[in-house]
Amino acid sequence: MARIGTDEWVSEQELRTEYYTGLTAPARRAFDRVGPGPRFFAFLGICALFPFLTDSAFLVRVGVNVMLFALLALGLNIVVGWAGLLDLGYVAFYGFGAYMYAWVSSDQLDIHLPTELAIPVVVAASALLGLLLGLPSWRLVGDYLAITTLFFAQIFVELALNLDRVNLPWRDEPLDLTGGPNGIPGIDRMDIFGLQLDDVRDYYFLLLILMALIAVGLFYLNDSRTGRGWRASREDPLAAELMTTPVNRLKLLAFAMGAAIAGLTGSIFAAVQTGVFPQNFEVVLLIMIYAALILGGAGSISGAILGAIVVAAVPEILRTPDNARWLFYGALVAVLVATVRPWKRLAVVAGAVIVFGLAVHGLVAWLWPEGAAGESPGGAFAGLLDSWVLIPAENQETLGNVAFVLLVAAVLCLTLLRGDERLFLLVPTIYLAAFVWENRLIEQPSVTRQLLFGAILVAMMTARPQGLLGTPRVESPV
Amino acid sequence: MREPLLELRSVSKSFGGLLCIDRLDLTVGEGEIVSVIGPNGAGKTTLFNLVTGIYEPDQGEILFEGRGIVGLEPHKIAKLGIARTFQTLRLFLNMTVKENVKAATYGHTRTRFWQSALRTPASRREEREVDELAEERLAFFGKRLIGYRMEQPAYSLSYANRRRLEIARATGTAPRLLLLDEPAAGMNPVETHEITELIGRLRTEGGYTILLIEHDMHVVEGISDRVVALDHGEKIAEGSFERVATDPRVVEAYLGARAASGE
Repeated sequence: MARIGTDEWVSEQELRTEYYTGLTAPARRAFDRVGPGPRFFAFLGICALFPFLTDSAFLVRVGVNVMLFALLALGLNIVVGWAGLLDLGYVAFYGFGAYMYAWVSSDQLDIHLPTELAIPVVVAASALLGLLLGLPSWRLVGDYLAITTLFFAQIFVELALNLDRVNLPWRDEPLDLTGGPNGIPGIDRMDIFGLQLDDVRDYYFLLLILMALIAVGLFYLNDSRTGRGWRASREDPLAAELMTTPVNRLKLLAFAMGAAIAGLTGSIFAAVQTGVFPQNFEVVLLIMIYAALILGGAGSISGAILGAIVVAAVPEILRTPDNARWLFYGALVAVLVATVRPWKRLAVVAGAVIVFGLAVHGLVAWLWPEGAAGESPGGAFAGLLDSWVLIPAENQETLGNVAFVLLVAAVLCLTLLRGDERLFLLVPTIYLAAFVWENRLIEQPSVTRQLLFGAILVAMMTARPQGLLGTPRVESPV
Repeated sequence: MREPLLELRSVSKSFGGLLCIDRLDLTVGEGEIVSVIGPNGAGKTTLFNLVTGIYEPDQGEILFEGRGIVGLEPHKIAKLGIARTFQTLRLFLNMTVKENVKAATYGHTRTRFWQSALRTPASRREEREVDELAEERLAFFGKRLIGYRMEQPAYSLSYANRRRLEIARATGTAPRLLLLDEPAAGMNPVETHEITELIGRLRTEGGYTILLIEHDMHVVEGISDRVVALDHGEKIAEGSFERVATDPRVVEAYLGARAASGE
């Protein structure tokens, strides 16, 4: 595949020469040779083994979360990645699916459908809602469609909050449809053809099977007339229409299929949580689904799944300070390796950082023993760090805050400087970052988690603007 | 004259107060190559937009194979057998060269989306057919669009090849009438010569009837059976190239009244 900006002769030349170079080349060529089918089965195998590798219910719960995100991202990929419709009401379909499942399998309306019937009902109803809410896409595109659909997402939350006292003419009592802010508790567990799903683990496998089926179906669909029709209408709706593609019908189909997948995911979410609440379906979730899709690479099935893994799993990994520390220093090293070249220069910087830290630590310990007397909260390689990073015995918070401001200023200066000056400033900046991390951030995991997660996303998107597994796209000149 | 494939009867179209097409009558016979010429803003592209259903005429009738097509959705008109290219290229840039042609077969294929998702035998068979058709249509342009290029994204093509792909994509819809909007625009003399030949081959080998907008008079002279000159939405001359090119009203439209009166 030719890169943007390479002309024909160059790309022809590229095909004749080896695409991959360097030490990792044989591995990458082998990876390409394996093909998408076996790769996907290998991935499924690892996912299927995961619950057996751990006893912790929490980890399986994280796995369920990852799968829910993966399904949502796959559905959103149809609408956004393929059909190119900026649908900000997507989360409403997820919520609708969850509430719909709650209505047909709880005491709320006193309906208890068997699961084999409840799921098709929910999926069909969600698809129908998708058709309806997709109608504005006939006339609106881009930003205008986005604000209209965002409005649908808001309406859904408002309705869920307020439909707890619905007055109906044929009833004396107001009907409690959604339970208002308290949601609907006590939803039935799923029971598929006599197979009772009680455990989180059971739902994990259900989600894994569904994810596999949907991913394969979408993979086939992408390379069919429907998939081409979607992508053609994304690229140029007018040209697509004039090449016999019924653009409006395909837009509705995309909305309906996305909604059906979101609704299906919602029903499983409702069952696994045994309750639905309005705050489960707010705009924050929508942003996270979009983050997963864009991070993985919009338009790519494997990208949507990988993005979901990153977005759903990384915040959980960051929950423990020990893991967070690994990620922090790991990310720092990764950024250095990626940006400082050649390796000799990198070695100089790394050496300078270590020497700089030891010097500062020694100097402060000699002049002002209090300033280096503190101890880190322990954890991974704490002993090594204690003799390198300054940890004051008192006023840790104030000093940390001051250092934070200095760090931001230093990073800003780094972006302005060029050449050797940048390298000189880089050394104290890294040390400052470590100081801020050990004194201030590690003390407050909840804040740190968000900051570090955001930083990881920014770093990933800067490194690969097309998404981790996405293909770079050009904008149409029209 | 042969049976008309496309017929416009007193078609008018205005945008606000601007009359773009004024009571235009036009026929294109089966197997003909008709060129539309005229200065910028004469209404040539508007004519194409009316025929393909992007705009609806304010009055008048448009008949294709004797059947009125005014008010039909553009994709239905395209499915009936009218395909076009664009003056400003409008390829599906992020799709591969082959996919661009395959996308144009939507109207003539019938696999439903669930069949595709399950990859049923019928869907597989149709997909193979579409694949062969696309390769055949691309092979029409010699070696320029086949081989390794088929799997490359359309944005990697050179300008001239993008123009060729536009024509290949239009033929992917299995049309009877091809509307070519300035196929030689921006091409060098060699490429222009090549495209002139190609338009001739489109008729003889492809069997398409062709309605052409072109500014390059070498192209128009070389291949047209008939030339229609437009100015301000009105037909000012029609006939053989020699007759239209020497018509005083055409010369006036292009060069001004003084040149036309021979001063």
